[in-house]
Amino acid sequence: MSATTAGNLAARKRGNSQKSQRRWALWGSYAALTVFVIGFLTPPYYTLMTSLKTSAEIGAEKGNPWIAHHPTLANFWWLITYPNFQRYYLNSVIVTILVVAVSMVISVLAAFSLARMGFKGSKTLGTGVFLTYLIPQSLLFIPLFQIIGWLGLINSFWCLVIIYPTLAVPFCTWIMIGYFGSIPKELDEAALIDGAGYLQMLWQIFIPVAMPGIIAATIFAFTVSWGNFIYPLAYLYTSSQEVLTVGIVSDLIRGDVFEWGKIMAANLLASAPPIIIYAFLMDYYVAGLTAGATKG
Amino acid sequence: MADGSTGAVGVLGSGRPVAARPGGMQRFARRRSTIGFLLALPLILLIGGLVVYPAIYAVWLSLLNKQMTKFVGLANFRYLMQRDTFHLVIFQSCLFAITAVFFKALIGLILAHLMHNISGRSQRIWRGLLLVPWVIPEALSTLTWWWMFDPSYSSFNWILNQFGIASVPWLGVGWIARFCTILVNVWYGTPFFMIMYLAALKSVPDQLYEAASIDGASAWQKLRFVTLPMMRNIISITVLFSLIVTFGDFDIVRILTNGGPLDMTHVFATYAFQVGIQSGDIPLGAAVSLFMVPILAVGAFFILRGVTRRTQEMGA
Repeated sequence: MSATTAGNLAARKRGNSQKSQRRWALWGSYAALTVFVIGFLTPPYYTLMTSLKTSAEIGAEKGNPWIAHHPTLANFWWLITYPNFQRYYLNSVIVTILVVAVSMVISVLAAFSLARMGFKGSKTLGTGVFLTYLIPQSLLFIPLFQIIGWLGLINSFWCLVIIYPTLAVPFCTWIMIGYFGSIPKELDEAALIDGAGYLQMLWQIFIPVAMPGIIAATIFAFTVSWGNFIYPLAYLYTSSQEVLTVGIVSDLIRGDVFEWGKIMAANLLASAPPIIIYAFLMDYYVAGLTAGATKG
Repeated sequence: MADGSTGAVGVLGSGRPVAARPGGMQRFARRRSTIGFLLALPLILLIGGLVVYPAIYAVWLSLLNKQMTKFVGLANFRYLMQRDTFHLVIFQSCLFAITAVFFKALIGLILAHLMHNISGRSQRIWRGLLLVPWVIPEALSTLTWWWMFDPSYSSFNWILNQFGIASVPWLGVGWIARFCTILVNVWYGTPFFMIMYLAALKSVPDQLYEAASIDGASAWQKLRFVTLPMMRNIISITVLFSLIVTFGDFDIVRILTNGGPLDMTHVFATYAFQVGIQSGDIPLGAAVSLFMVPILAVGAFFILRGVTRRTQEMGA
């Protein structure tokens, strides 16, 4: 009896101290997070500041580099009206749209098959898809260089449309298998009894139900295709075919002349699509990515 | 079970419909698997044609001479092993991957805990801010880092100078340049760890922490005996996965230092690019890339094991 009351008292005291402890933990967390956010956002901030400076201001190399003293949008304007930059942007957009479309068609069909249909060797294929996802892009660019050469696609951005899906499809398929697998089997049995074909079932039941997964996979395919650097660097060399990631470097750095203001403005313009997409759809992407982590 | 029951009916009743039904079932199953195969065919062709075939072809390439006219066996690999530059490449690749992943995992874990402490709407905003480095394409953000490390007008040096510290030649001295490449990779990759760990943290049941509090566990003990064991699997999967990705990283080193100074920052990917594409010795470049395979294979094996085990646990 006395032991329990003593225990209660101790618990209450602990409860009080716990509350204040929690408050301290909260403010401490905010303080620490602020420090981290400042650190993490320093490069993007500096990109913005530099993009607002004139070449003269950068060239003077005087004063505080962290602030644009005479901010101007001239760099952005120059880029928007610069034919090469328009070309890179357009190429990036074309490549990305095609890659996303191709990757999504391939991976949704394959994921539907691997999650539901099953055939001889489909288990092995599932494992194979996962292993393919673990192959870094820097492993195969040399043999692919030869293969692209045979296809006659060296220095044509079409080679990117062919290669990028190999980077996007494995992970997209993997995500989609997870989402399709979580759809109850009764649903497709009911559809089959109602006389629906498999493709009809996929189109009318699976895709709408697994929409969050489709969005996550689409964002992944977009990210891979928009930001890739090694393949365009290896396979493209004229500005009519170049995409943004490489075009910015090769066009705005001429020998020893670095037009940093323009490079940073181009950097921002090229980073804008992913930033905008993530700002709106981040939750889907994070959910798709961490699906494995939360289920445990 | 369906087969069993129809069989039983068949023994008792008339044989005809029974004979028809298993046949129908079989045809149905066969048709189903045929369609399944057809649906997966584009994937099989893509992976077969542009992943498996190039991988096998890379092995063949690595056994040829520079003009690709003669079979030279393992001469390319022997040649690489004798080169001091290549020893540097192996060392730097491992140093780069291991150090960067260690700090990404550590900072990611700290950030996940901080994020877990704050809750609700504000968490989304903080998460969004912290994910920015990971959202910007690596090749583009590395350009900014390059500019910040600029030898003549480095913004970091400007800050150091304000405090009376001499300028640092960021990318000009081997070990400092190595530090810089790792720093950029940690900056870029930490957010990924943060969101993975945050998701894992959220899945740890609150009751466990309550039970631990009642038992008088300190914060450190809770981390050591509740959080980390619960997250062990996801931590190891994330770390191994990131090791593979970091090991194959190309953009950062290529843009920041292009392997210099004195080849001290070359990693496999950039060295393979320089040898294979820029110098035109495709077989030697392929050999450099293939040196990554054993390390990748070990990583992939353990990831696969972790994922399978996790799937089984989730199923059970």
